[in-house]
Amino acid sequence: MKPVPFDYVQAQSTEEALACLKDSDRNVRVLAGGQSLVAMLNLRLVRPNLLVDISQIESLSTIRQSKDILEIGAAVTQAELKQWPGLAESVPQLSMALPFVGHFQTRNKGTVCGSLAHADPSSELPLCLAALNGSVVLQSARRSRVLNAAEFQTGMLSTACQPDEMIVAARYPISREGDGFAFREVARRHGDFAIVALAAFVTESKIRLGIGGLASRPSVREWDILSEQELDEALNAFAWQLKGSDDIHATARYRRELVRRLGRQVIEEAKSARTKE
Amino acid sequence: MRELKSDRQHKITFTLDGRQVSGDAEPHLLLSDFLREKLGVTSVHVGCEHGVCGTCTVHIDGKAVRACLTFAVQVGNRRVDTVESLSNNEGELNDLQSAFRKHHALQCGFCTPGILMSVEHYLRHNSDPTESDVRDMLSGHLCRCTGYVGMVRAIMETAAKRKSGI
Amino acid sequence: MSAKNTVGSYVGQAIERQEDAALLGGQALFSDDLPIAAGTLHAAILRSPHAHAEIVSIDTIAAKALPSVAAVLIGSDIQQYSDPFITVLKRPIDEWSLAVDRVRFVGEAVAVVIAEDRYKAEDALDLINVIYKPLPAVINPKEAAKENAPILYPEAGSNVLSERHFKYGDPDGAFAKSKHKVSIEIDYPRNSQTPLEGYVVVASYNKFDDAYEVNANFQGPYTVHPVMSRALRVPGSRFRMQTPAHSGGGFGVKQAIFPYVVLMCLAARHVGRPVKWVEDRLEHLTAATAAPNRIIQAEAAVQEDGRVTAFRFVQLDDYGAHLRPPMPGPLYRQHGLMTGAYDVPNLAITNRLVLTNKTPSGMVRGFGGPQIYFAIERLMHRIAIELGMDPLDVIRRNLVASDSFPYRAAGGALLDSGDYQKAIDLGVNDGGLDELKRRREKARAEGKYYGIGYAAIVEPGQSNIGYLSTIVPFKERQKAGHKGGSVSHATIHVDPMGVVSVTADCIPQGQGQATVLSQIVADQLGLKPEDIKVSLEHDTQKDPWSLATGNYSSRFSSATAVAAHLAAKKVREKLIAVAGQALNVTTDDIELTGGKIVDSKNPENFLKFHRVAGLTHWEPGKLPTGMAAGLSETASWAPPELDPPTEGDQINTSLTYGFLFDYCGVEIDPHTAEIRIDKYVTTHDSGKLLNPLIANGQIYGAFAWGVGCALLEEFAYGEDGSFLTGTFADYLCPTSVEIPEPQILHMETPTPFTPLGAKGIGEGNCMSTPVCIANAVCDAIGAENVNLPIYPAKLLPFIDREETAPPQDIALSQRQQTPDGGRAIVGEGNIFAPTDPETVWQTLLDPRHLAAIIPGCQNLEVVGENAYRADVNIAVGPIGGMFRAEISLSDLDPPKSVTLSGSLAGPLGSSAGSGKVRLTQEENGTRIDYTYSVEVSGKVAAIGGRMLDGASQVLINQFFKRLIVRLGGEPIEKPTLWARFLRLLGFNR
Ligand code: FES
Ligand code: FES
Repeated sequence: MKPVPFDYVQAQSTEEALACLKDSDRNVRVLAGGQSLVAMLNLRLVRPNLLVDISQIESLSTIRQSKDILEIGAAVTQAELKQWPGLAESVPQLSMALPFVGHFQTRNKGTVCGSLAHADPSSELPLCLAALNGSVVLQSARRSRVLNAAEFQTGMLSTACQPDEMIVAARYPISREGDGFAFREVARRHGDFAIVALAAFVTESKIRLGIGGLASRPSVREWDILSEQELDEALNAFAWQLKGSDDIHATARYRRELVRRLGRQVIEEAKSARTKE
Repeated sequence: MRELKSDRQHKITFTLDGRQVSGDAEPHLLLSDFLREKLGVTSVHVGCEHGVCGTCTVHIDGKAVRACLTFAVQVGNRRVDTVESLSNNEGELNDLQSAFRKHHALQCGFCTPGILMSVEHYLRHNSDPTESDVRDMLSGHLCRCTGYVGMVRAIMETAAKRKSGI
Repeated sequence: MSAKNTVGSYVGQAIERQEDAALLGGQALFSDDLPIAAGTLHAAILRSPHAHAEIVSIDTIAAKALPSVAAVLIGSDIQQYSDPFITVLKRPIDEWSLAVDRVRFVGEAVAVVIAEDRYKAEDALDLINVIYKPLPAVINPKEAAKENAPILYPEAGSNVLSERHFKYGDPDGAFAKSKHKVSIEIDYPRNSQTPLEGYVVVASYNKFDDAYEVNANFQGPYTVHPVMSRALRVPGSRFRMQTPAHSGGGFGVKQAIFPYVVLMCLAARHVGRPVKWVEDRLEHLTAATAAPNRIIQAEAAVQEDGRVTAFRFVQLDDYGAHLRPPMPGPLYRQHGLMTGAYDVPNLAITNRLVLTNKTPSGMVRGFGGPQIYFAIERLMHRIAIELGMDPLDVIRRNLVASDSFPYRAAGGALLDSGDYQKAIDLGVNDGGLDELKRRREKARAEGKYYGIGYAAIVEPGQSNIGYLSTIVPFKERQKAGHKGGSVSHATIHVDPMGVVSVTADCIPQGQGQATVLSQIVADQLGLKPEDIKVSLEHDTQKDPWSLATGNYSSRFSSATAVAAHLAAKKVREKLIAVAGQALNVTTDDIELTGGKIVDSKNPENFLKFHRVAGLTHWEPGKLPTGMAAGLSETASWAPPELDPPTEGDQINTSLTYGFLFDYCGVEIDPHTAEIRIDKYVTTHDSGKLLNPLIANGQIYGAFAWGVGCALLEEFAYGEDGSFLTGTFADYLCPTSVEIPEPQILHMETPTPFTPLGAKGIGEGNCMSTPVCIANAVCDAIGAENVNLPIYPAKLLPFIDREETAPPQDIALSQRQQTPDGGRAIVGEGNIFAPTDPETVWQTLLDPRHLAAIIPGCQNLEVVGENAYRADVNIAVGPIGGMFRAEISLSDLDPPKSVTLSGSLAGPLGSSAGSGKVRLTQEENGTRIDYTYSVEVSGKVAAIGGRMLDGASQVLINQFFKRLIVRLGGEPIEKPTLWARFLRLLGFNR
């Protein structure tokens, strides 16, 4: 279980990193925290020619808050975000979800953007991005573009990020007065990838529910405020649309059941979080 | 921009357990292998090489991380600390190590160095943890021998003692 | 410690461990840390991605051409220098250290590369090209036992290698007479305690002596030593096995290292240099070993009052692909003890042993106990339900009576001592059972699912090494010579300065045996434990050993510990004799205490311990007549109770028998069916506790693994034989969050069969905890039975029998997708092409087009009519690799439908699948509908199981999108019914 040979660059700036990505003849991979990538390298599932390490790029290591968004640079670790003062007020859902992201030790090195780039269908940070309709900033040597979650997340381990591009930042919308959030996850073991993860976001007039773990990417539904019965029906429809599949950890039916049962709970929780403020 | 070529050895200089050291590594050499094979730090154990078991945990710049998910070439000019930094030259164990011994928190001891390093980092920032906090932090490690009981006791006791300055 | 130290004062104390300082400080050396000879090469092993296949060819040329590679060995190479492993049963089931002609499980070693370092060795593995011809695989033991099953060893004629029927007492009569017959069938899964340190072997070969030397973290039993030396075609004296002082956990598992020991010896011989191999985690989980999974039909004949008069067990034990010694130990280790803690005079057993295409089974902590106690204790629980009794009453009614020890169980176990009723009283009272029952009532009143489970078991300690011979009938045993007994050794050496060192045959894996031995020896010699240096690295060339040597079957406390006690007594007696002469007193009056050897009548008259020890070295001429000079004593210990099996197949399978009584309360979340252990109480009578700190450590550890087995751990296989749990993210070991702290209670009834009185303690909870939790879960949700591991999805149907039906429109659009039980990935989709069906058809059938459509296709060659071979570079997200692809088109119905079939093989694994493609003319083009089914095996299945569905979908979508682009269109998927419906309602995805 040792990685294949590859060349390595420790980029000092975003420009340097992007210059490496221009080389279309080589299979170039961006290394940030490496908590997913290096495991895959060790298993030889990923066989790059060149690894570009962006973890030491100063300009990517910042968290910036503006009126509407929290922008998290590509080298910011999950631990840094978790400890960021005011996270619970600015993006409550992230502060609810982060304790479920891996473990203390992996959060010390794993980055927020790395988790988005890896696009594991069960992981929490991509789910929050989808539920909150956040976006990512992609940059290449020739252009920079901002994609919202729905455009960015294309499938199992797959994103719209092109070979010459990298994520330079993630943007999560700041919570507004009267917004309510809740997060819940069921895994077979503490800190594992979710069997089902649910992220609810409720405002005065709408309900948004994001689900991870059933489809090949996070899925979101948005409803106007519904009656109890309508909500149950909507959740049941959502569960069946996602279908889910059987694997060694759970059945498709179990996954759907969690959508129905916990979907309701997280929405209620998010609602009451609203009224509390 | 310096590109380190795959087929060459590159000299890595860094601070290991307080001493400046250097060694040669190809870019794909894992930090765990580098420490063990090239620098003789056999206290860094390897249990899975895919980031789940926590056996390989060391500090990089004071933070507990998985050495098996880090490459040697990434630690140039940085500080790496291993369990060997916890006891002194006279062979005296530190308070946490002694508490582990007292509470029988280890059997085969293979998981222990990594766990100690996690706890040291954790307690520095969480001086008054509850038992469930401690269990949550420990869940980033696997121990197949002990059932974690002694560890939880030892960590709680050490935290309490450190807090009250004993 | 007090200077007035009398014999027996350290044994029984919770002394901190001698081993710990070096382990905590990072100085302890494990196998992989030991210095190796300069020039040592490193090995990596190529493993089969198939569960069952013929090896057609192996091409190693490219791998051998790498400059860093010293050699690549395959099956035919090692056959020159070695023989197949001897097996317990004489059947045509030869296994070599590398697969020869055929692979029989995913992960079986096919080739070994020896190179400068492990990284380079793995580079070479990628270049070896093996062509396999897949054969049908069989995974389910019941299927494997059927007559028409695929057979692993055709020469053996069947997968069932042994079937024996045993009867003790009159079980048929008892069943005929019984008022109630209660039965249950259990299906115990495969699992293993998976030590954190994998296997490590360093081997070298001395060509002048034709001798092998090995240092490996092997844990015994040394019954396997002759197996290895015979495979290497050398006498035992030319196969030197050394084991290190520290091993990163064993749990039985490090017995199954032996095929690799032989393989690395052969590799070292081939390259003429030492060779080192370190097993990685993927290798360990895939191919190391597992406890056998077992199906048991258990039945009890029960009287009106709950008294059991007979048990009947029909066992089918699944040993995987090979029968490696000492298998099938787990099927017979409990043979004398099949009645557990109960006084049941009549017993019938059928034992069947079957092979399947899974990793060969081996020793794992508990060793047969978890399986059989799962059946017995679930059965006792069922009896209570069916008779409307309290489960604990059923247990109590049937326990072996306190006044009947030593008690001969129906199967032959001689239960040495105990008071089971009293232990239960202790557990009930001090553990607070009444309070727990109140908690259950309260929880249930609140509408919660809460259950209480019990288990009462007997824990065997120190195996009779002859028990396995029960597998053959008495006549055959007579011919081969009867086998029984168990020998252990310890040696104590006192140097001229009075320094005491101890060596012994226990091969520790973290149990603190050095500490316990130091306590035992200190007591005999009037010293402190820290004065005793215990070194437990073992060397077959220098240390005494026997077949029983090793660390397994909880043998330490009644075997090696006793040998050390006896050796210490010999040293003590000698010291007393020498001191008696020097002090001029009768030996009866001499005491060893506080580092002195004292005339107890006149404490002023003494000699320091080291002075007396020195006399045996410095003045040998003055020793009492007949006494050997120096001070080195070896003792061996072989308890007489361990007789060979009798003519009636009764066998005392173990020497000591402890007792455990467990109960627990569990709560099941009514929404998620998550299981929470609310409280767990475990009461032990393990005889005398030699060191309570260490004893409790054993209990905590066994309990933790028991919880893992109950709720999390399983080696999972697909029906096609693919292995699905190759990482620690798939094979789930419990963390600190999943393991509650159990309440431990002790009572101590010493065994009369050893001078120390201690019994085994390290395996009990592996046997009692899984079933105790299962009983509680069944109690909570009213299930008749539940198979391990119990995870929420399994419980859901008990909480909610029917799933809410889908809304009608969705029900219409979704067909049942997953075939029952299969692990094949199935799916369907459709896409629109802007051309007529004829053009689509032509494109699909044209190899030039096909080459452009298949993702990552390079050099497509035509190998037959509509049959192709190609190299493809496949990628899903960042994951990818080169595969050899075989593709064919069949069932041609132009231009309407065609079946596409194919297979892939490469370093990441192999896959086979087929799909039906249908073309329908539509207004401006063609609608292409497809269904597919794919099976994946090898590395990707083992580590990416969770994602295979999604990944296959990605690849298939890629194919069809490229087809559309080729046809000049835009790859737009036609919205499915529900997607259209959603858009109608304005949903965003
Ligand atoms: S060895 Fe690094 S986490 Fe397991
Ligand atoms: S003490 Fe053995 S794995 Fe933790």
